[in-house]
Parts: sequence; C-alpha cells; structure tokens
Amino acid sequence: MAKVLIENLYKIYPGEKGRPEKVAVDNANFEIQDREFMVLVGPSGCGKTTTLRMVAGLEEITRGAIYIDGKRINEIPPKDRDIAMVFQNYALYPHMSVYRNMAFGLELRGVPKEEIRRRVDSAARTLGLLEPDNLLERKPKALSGGQRQRVALGRAIVREPKAFLFDEPLSNLDAKMRVETRTEISRLHRQLASTMIYVTHDQTEAMTMADRIVVMRYGKIQQIAAPLDLYHQPANLFVAGFIGSPPMNFFKGMLTASRQGTLEFVERVPAGQSPFRAPLSTETSRRLSSRKDQEVILGLRPEHLHPNSLTSGASLEATVEVVEPMGAETFVYLRTGGHACICRTTQIELMDLEDKKLSLGLDLSRAVFFDSETEAAIPS
Amino acid sequence: MNPTRSSVPWFSRVVLILLGVLFLLPFFWMVSTSLKPLNETMKLPPQWLPSSPQWNNYPDAMQAMGPFWLYARNSLLLAFLNVVGTVFSSAFVAYGFSRLDWRGRDGCFFVLLATMMIPFPVVMVPIYGLFRALGWIGTFQPLWVPAFLAGAFNVFLLRQFFLSIPRDLSEAARIDGCSEFRIFWQIILPLAKPALLTVALFQFMATWNDFLGPLIFLAREDQYTLALGLQALQGTISGTPWHHLMAASTLVLLPVLVLFFLTQRTFIRGIATTGLK
Repeated sequence: MAKVLIENLYKIYPGEKGRPEKVAVDNANFEIQDREFMVLVGPSGCGKTTTLRMVAGLEEITRGAIYIDGKRINEIPPKDRDIAMVFQNYALYPHMSVYRNMAFGLELRGVPKEEIRRRVDSAARTLGLLEPDNLLERKPKALSGGQRQRVALGRAIVREPKAFLFDEPLSNLDAKMRVETRTEISRLHRQLASTMIYVTHDQTEAMTMADRIVVMRYGKIQQIAAPLDLYHQPANLFVAGFIGSPPMNFFKGMLTASRQGTLEFVERVPAGQSPFRAPLSTETSRRLSSRKDQEVILGLRPEHLHPNSLTSGASLEATVEVVEPMGAETFVYLRTGGHACICRTTQIELMDLEDKKLSLGLDLSRAVFFDSETEAAIPS
Repeated sequence: MNPTRSSVPWFSRVVLILLGVLFLLPFFWMVSTSLKPLNETMKLPPQWLPSSPQWNNYPDAMQAMGPFWLYARNSLLLAFLNVVGTVFSSAFVAYGFSRLDWRGRDGCFFVLLATMMIPFPVVMVPIYGLFRALGWIGTFQPLWVPAFLAGAFNVFLLRQFFLSIPRDLSEAARIDGCSEFRIFWQIILPLAKPALLTVALFQFMATWNDFLGPLIFLAREDQYTLALGLQALQGTISGTPWHHLMAASTLVLLPVLVLFFLTQRTFIRGIATTGLK
C-alpha cells in the first residue's frame, strides 16, 4: 500500500475560439496516508474527477506533481503506476466473460495462469461472485448493475495495486444497491487495508465511507478534514451547506449589543417583517466582539432547532410550510420573517401544523458564524 | 387480442406490400426473362411469365460469356482482397479519427469526407496515369491495392460506430496494461463486428459489381471479371440475346443475394446500431 502526495497540482484546459482557458484544478495540495480512505467530494465541475484522472494517468498534468510512495509519477504511463480504477459505468469488456474481465490485466503482465486463477477465485469469493450462482463464465450483459459493479471491484482487487481509485462507482445503482455496495466497499477497505481514493458528488457517501474528505468547488480545495470535523467545524459557507442532509440553515443578520451587555444576533428581514433576536452567551459574545455592528451569517444545523423548547433564551417563531414524517424523525420546513429553514426533530406530534406558527429553541452552542463577505467561518 | 400480432395497421401493411412488389419488379422481370425463349423477351404487351421455362438458357449463357468460371474466380479473388484490405485499413484509420486525440484531427477528417464528393470519372484519368507510371496497367494491382488505403465512406461508417463505444473501455484497458494497438485489436475490433461485417458486405458488393475499374485497368480476357464478362453478351451484330443476358445477370447476382440473406441481421444491426449499453 502507499502514500499519495498531490503537490501544487493544476489542470488547465486552453481556451478555444476566443474563449478563456478553463482551470479545472487550481493548486491542489494534499497527502493521502498509507491505507487511508480519502474521498474527494463536490458538485459537478468542481475538479474532483479531473484530479483522480491525473492520479490515474488518464489526464495530463499541466503543472505540479503527484507522488506515489515518494516516487514522482507525472510521466509514468497508467499501466506502470501500480493503481487500479473502478469506473462509474463499470467499463467491463462486453465481449469477455467475468473471469476474463478480471484476469485480463494479469494476463497482460505475464502473471502465470495458476496465480491468475488463484487471485480471481479469491476475489470472486470475497465479492460473492461464486455463490449462490457462479458468475465467472457469464458475460457482463447477463449481470445486474450490482453484479457488474462487483466484477469491476474484483478486476481492481486482483491487481493488488498500491492504490485503488474509484470514480463515482455507485452513481448508476439504485438506492438499495447503493447502500449495499457502499458497505461492501467499506468492508473491503478494512479487509484489504489499502489506500483508496474515492470520488463522489454524494455527501452521504463521503460522510459514511471516508477517513478524511477533500471538499472541492470550482477547482479549488475548500477544506480537508475528517467527516465529523467537516460537519461540526466547516471552514466556510459552501462546506457548511454542502455537507449534511438536510443542509445547514443560514440566517443573515447583524450582531448588535444587547441590554445585558452581551451580543445579540438580529435577523435581517424585509421591510414590514419582524426579525427574530437571539442573544449570544458571554463566551460567544467575547469571541465575536470584533464583529459588533457587522453583518454576519448564522449557521445552525436542523437538529439544533428544537420545536416548542427554549434553550439559552434563544428562540424564534416561524410559520410551518411543510411537515415530512420520515419515520424515525420528522423534517419541518418553516419560514421566519426573512428566511426559510428546516428543523429536524424526533417529536411526532407536529403533524397538521402546516400554516401554523411554531416556536423553535436555538442551540447556539452549536452555531457557526460566517463572515458575510468572505463566507469564511469565524474562528471559535 | 393475440399479443404476438404486429401492431402495424392494415393500410400501412398494404402500402408496404405494394412498395415491396414495386421494388421486387425488376428482379422478377430479370428472372422471368432469363427463362423465356428469345422471341418472348421483347414482346408487346409484355409477357410476365415464360410460356415454358427454358432452363437451358443458363448453361447457354455461361457458354456465350466465355470462360465463366475463370471470370468468377477473378471476381472472387478481387472481392476477397478488397474486403480484407478495406476492413483492416478502414478500421485502422477510423480508430485514429475516433479514439485518439491529436491536433488537426477534425480538419483532416473533414478533408477525408470531402473526397467522398468527388465522383470516380473525375479522377479516372489521373489515376490511370499514376498506375501507368507504376507499370500496373494490365495487372490486378489497380483493382485491389487501393483497398488497403482506406476509403472515405468506410472510414466514416466505422468512425461513427467506434465513437459509440464508451471511452471508459479504452481507459480501463489502458490501466490494465494495453498498448494503443492492443486496445484497437483486442477491445475495439471485437466489439465492432456488426460494423465490420457491414463494411465487408458493402465492399464485396461494390467489387463484385465493379465494371468500370476492370474495363479501364485490365488488358487480357483471362483477367476479366464477371461484370466485364457480361458485356460480351451485349450489343452483338445480331442484337442482344436478352434471355442469355438475364440468365447470366441472375447468376452473377446470386452470390450477393445469398450472402445478404445469410447476414442480414448483422448487416442491419451494423447500420442501425448507435452504441453499447
């Protein structure tokens, strides 16, 4: 297994027909530790797949370098980088059997037939391709989507590479198969103790599978952290809104002095609406004292809004728009004087509250404040 | 309602049948005339069926043509060489235009397409001059060597098919350790069988039916192809023996017809298919 180092990496596509050049990856720098499961996540066009393809050798590197185990691989062709890749569309060879698909790369490397048979059988057993039905002689068109993805995984496993690369492998699967395959990949990671680089646009996959996550946007890295660190301490508004489902609530407002001498957050509302006011604790007021009389953005996760309860004296009243019972919990969509927000609660007696007013207690100890201009999180 | 019954409305079926009859008419007339005695071939009003089938028209026509089996051997040899040359050279060039990224690719492809607009009679004379300078006039070379240089239409057909094969497959093969040639040979070509067969069939038909090429480039009668040999039955002093000409034409057409019926499913799939899923 291996460390992977991405150093000052750029991918720039030259402009054509008068259009400006496109910077797909903008100065990416990060290191993936040996045996780590690193997820690159972000919306479409953020540069995550381009970064992965540069590691694989499928895209040329414009500037910067990539090292695997200390060895610079920029000029090394994909087949010699000792990596294996699992594609979004499986990329199985339609005219070859499952066995041949898995064995093909080993055949090209001159691995002896007995060794190929041993590796393929072992991977097939691990991935359930032998029981209940032996799928090894089938062609890909005779397999379901989930089976095809497992064959693609098997093709990567038999290579025994230094690093596994995954390019949105679950995107083409239905919801149930996605959950099953997700846990399968996590189990494989523990079993193989291998370095894995995984690209996805789905923040749920990122949160559940990663040791660490790289959040990307417009080619730039926004934050690199463990899943829960990203969740509780996002570096900026984008990360805060992207990670977590339902997304974090954002309220624009002003920090003003309260009568008690601490600071108070006053919601910004259109003319004629009444803002909610949320007094901050002494500690928080001291931390944000330099921001007095300035615009900030208050971020609160849906689970930190509590219906019909008062926490630390901070509360707001909002109109219920939609109630979504999910079974174990309920999502309540509300509107304040100036903002829409979501509350996540286990209280079930909230049915039939559409168009009615609801008081929400705000757990400001879990709040994150953002600079309204730079959108960066204000350090705590 | 019988679930296996076609959902085509009856009036559409009638129209399709009528159109089918219309397109089959020349073929029917050819076969019918091939079985008539000479005096029934040009009767007015036209006689659709022979009064009594003259099966001897066929061996008589083969005799009148000259060395029929020699001509058939020549046609078959040229068709084989052209099919092999066209399939491999067109596939090679089409791969370069579809699966490889290089500067000027699209411009070069446009130029290739433009050559399809040039009719053969326009370039006939300079090509003759070229082959004469090479000393190839009177040999088979002008009729099969160009097939190994990739014709525009076949390159276009194969390029379109290759474009429909997902790029992921090439990338997976690259990571597996394939060279570019191996990707072409072991991944792309096996997947392109319907399109390759289509190209092969088109080329076989074109070579089998080619009259102008053999007419210009061949010198001796023992080199003639069947298409050229048919000419022997035309325009003699005593008039054209239509019954023999139609019999010979039917014989010449038969191999192409049989081939088409044997491979029609793959042939149609090759033309219609747009990709793999």
